[in-house]
Amino acid sequence: MSVGFVMLVHTALDRAAQVARHLAASGCPVVIHADRKVPRAEFEPFARGLADVPGIAFAGRRHRCEWGMWGIVGATLDACGDLLTAHPGLRHVYLCSGSCLPLRPLPELQAYLAARPETDFIESVTIDDVVWTKGGFDHDRFALRFPVSFRKRRRLFDAVTRAQKRLGMARPLPEGIAPHLGSQWWCLSRTTLEAILRDPRRRELDRFFRSVWIPDESYFQTLVRVHGRRVESRSLTLSKFDHFGRPHSFYDDHLQLLRRSDCFFARKIWPRADRLYASFLSNDPKVTKNAEPNPGKIDRLFSHATDRRVQGRPGLIMQSRFPARRLDAPRTAAAYSVFSGFAETLPGFETWLGRATGLRVHGHLFAPARAEFAGGARIWNGCLPDSAALRDYNPEAFLANLVWATRGERQCFMFGPADAQEVMRFVAGDPNAQVSIVAGAWALALFAREQAGELTGGALRKEAARLQKVELAHLALMRSGWVKARVRAWSLAEFLEAPMENLAPILDEIAPRAPRRPTEAPVLAPLDGFGAFLQRLRNDGMNLHLPGDFPVGHAPTPPGDARPRPYLVR
Amino acid sequence: MTAPEDIPGPLTRAAEAYRMRWKRRRLLTRAWRKRGELTPVTPWRPVPRGAVLCLATVRNEAVRLPFWIAHHRRLGVDRFVIVDNGSDDGTREMLAAEPDVALWQTRASYRAARFGVDWLGWLARRHAAGHWALTLDADELLIYPHWEERPLAALTAELDCRGQPALGALMVELYPRGRLSEQPYRPGDDPVQALPFFDAGPYRARRQRPARNLWVQGGPRDRLFFGNDPRRAPTLNKLPLVRWRGTTAYLNSCHSLLPPRLNLAWEGPGDPRLSGALLHTKFLNTIVERSADATHRREHFGDPARFGAYHDALAADPVLWHEGATRYEGWRQLEHLGLMSSGGWT
Repeated sequence: MSVGFVMLVHTALDRAAQVARHLAASGCPVVIHADRKVPRAEFEPFARGLADVPGIAFAGRRHRCEWGMWGIVGATLDACGDLLTAHPGLRHVYLCSGSCLPLRPLPELQAYLAARPETDFIESVTIDDVVWTKGGFDHDRFALRFPVSFRKRRRLFDAVTRAQKRLGMARPLPEGIAPHLGSQWWCLSRTTLEAILRDPRRRELDRFFRSVWIPDESYFQTLVRVHGRRVESRSLTLSKFDHFGRPHSFYDDHLQLLRRSDCFFARKIWPRADRLYASFLSNDPKVTKNAEPNPGKIDRLFSHATDRRVQGRPGLIMQSRFPARRLDAPRTAAAYSVFSGFAETLPGFETWLGRATGLRVHGHLFAPARAEFAGGARIWNGCLPDSAALRDYNPEAFLANLVWATRGERQCFMFGPADAQEVMRFVAGDPNAQVSIVAGAWALALFAREQAGELTGGALRKEAARLQKVELAHLALMRSGWVKARVRAWSLAEFLEAPMENLAPILDEIAPRAPRRPTEAPVLAPLDGFGAFLQRLRNDGMNLHLPGDFPVGHAPTPPGDARPRPYLVR
Repeated sequence: MTAPEDIPGPLTRAAEAYRMRWKRRRLLTRAWRKRGELTPVTPWRPVPRGAVLCLATVRNEAVRLPFWIAHHRRLGVDRFVIVDNGSDDGTREMLAAEPDVALWQTRASYRAARFGVDWLGWLARRHAAGHWALTLDADELLIYPHWEERPLAALTAELDCRGQPALGALMVELYPRGRLSEQPYRPGDDPVQALPFFDAGPYRARRQRPARNLWVQGGPRDRLFFGNDPRRAPTLNKLPLVRWRGTTAYLNSCHSLLPPRLNLAWEGPGDPRLSGALLHTKFLNTIVERSADATHRREHFGDPARFGAYHDALAADPVLWHEGATRYEGWRQLEHLGLMSSGGWT
């Protein structure tokens, strides 16, 4: 008889009884403490059912256990006293709850503990190092008083703690005490536990811990540092907590995972997990492996799940951080590029860019008539239709959906002042966006239309004024202080001075390890007479300044050398 | 993927809250007045504490119901509370023979009862208060993370533990490979076998005031039938599973609830909190015939005349499938696509 159990129960009494019977049948005495809040109608049949089982006893005094209050510690202390008195041969006491389940045959636990007779298994971390406390209380747990229930009277609890902090109330720690925290579920050696129970200062310490917050996570964890000789700072009970500090439940489908963890106990088990109870409540030596507990795999699985719950996934924002969306967080799933004015300056730019980068490059996705997907597709990845009405109904969702549905393939699309502008506020605040603007390039498109005789006179001037106004607003937006997108902007004249030089860094960002560099330069739009065209617009009274200065008799300079710039190899 | 919510000032918010309070009272009263339209077919037997109830209004669903009942029974629904709205295809007899179905019948107008919401509201208030109530249509199959292994009781216990008062779900509209009428289906079969495809996107969501309800649209119907009038496209978010209280009321089908804070339980696809999905089996071969049926047309939608074109399009037996369609593989796939979330419930 090497280990005895103290079991704290408050719900699912039938499961607790099942586990207690198993423990007792395996030769481990059990003292059960049932919360005083358990109604008599439930407690009595439970107690009657276990009354005649040898090895099971009930704690002499029932405490009222309020979460985070002293009751749980008081109950544990009393029950431990009962257990140690009744069974003088015990070497270890294991604290478990009614929803704990042994994962390995109990003889293994007995052997494991018998080989480590003076060791205390209790997670005990000094408060200077603890990072997992929820609610920001670590030192304050000990310095303040917590007379009110956190669960039931949250507002009063907050008010009382706030008031104490404001008044600078802090009580001194009892002498010789270094606060430690850790899991509530432990296994202590008889020597240590008796030293704690018979401590001459126990009255003083108990009085102090009565007003510590959540003393069940600190009372034994702190005192074991005073009395224990060999502390193994880990719990033999596997339990996982979410980011609110609530325990995860284990279900039938966790069977294999739990089995492979090689932990001795797990908490907490869903009461209706029949398969778990049926499989683990046996001392079948066939599952014996005598391995060290190894909860690593379970740890990874659960922390991954918690991360995703807390952080979500980039690009899948929807409303989740809504309405107070974090401004600096990526709004889309992956990087994408917006080209404004390039298609006008360099006809066939989409094809050229596609060839240079190996990507499918869209036309004007936000064109008034329809979303011009690459290759004239009517429907794109993610079942995205090209309907302008659907797109403009919620353009942010359109773009975010596009980038989400094509994760792994960078999206590039053309943009311009003739397109639907609404989406650009979203783009500007998105660190995933790369925005390149050749301002005033729309004038080239107008020039071509004038040459073709489509647009002349007053209508032409009006359209030019409209586009310039829209583009000015666009530029102003992209130059705002809060912009997170990577923005490059040139005036048309500036850009034309060295088109390839200007394009190179953009291409490097899009495809840093592109297999081939562009061997041919993109074709430049015809510029004969463009200067004169601009001058005509100015003569008509328009304040045309975005395209920059073009001499009236401007002759185009051929675009620069198409070969890549020489790079230094480091 | 959202339009930001314009948050009004505190006075407006208080006024809205007050309006919604009265709206909820009106809805509850309305449900109470409609109680006379319901005639019990089977006697009501009390359900144990912690039971999960499933509520539905059905009309001529003899084809879908066998699988529907089997699926939700497997999930662990303890009692089906069903209103039969004048079926003439044996639906009523079939339901009355099921041991766990509590059946009511009515011949009154489905539309006048706010598409059955009033009837179910009354039954929920009488029988589901204090329980988790799952309100569904006969063409919706609820799934949620780990549904194959963990019964509804585990899910509701987890939601209770998290203090989440309702479970949000996206309606995933399933469709066949070819024309709608060409896909055979026998009662009792898994409709997912007959309708294996769905649209993995795009879905757009926004919040509406004053009920602060979510409004998610998208999917195949949005793409095919409402491309020119997106405002009318069907709403795809639901809150089917709710911890019901005597004061809860569905506002607009199962899409939104009152009091308004219940609507905040889900933020649409991409919300990292625990959510589910409703597999929508509307497009079984019966839809074509049904869309041509004048009674059916009259009884659905707020303004049936405006949806004439939509019904015509469905009656014309279209192909919803396209090359970008995704084959349904299970809840993990939906989670991977961001359409639902296990919310750290592993």
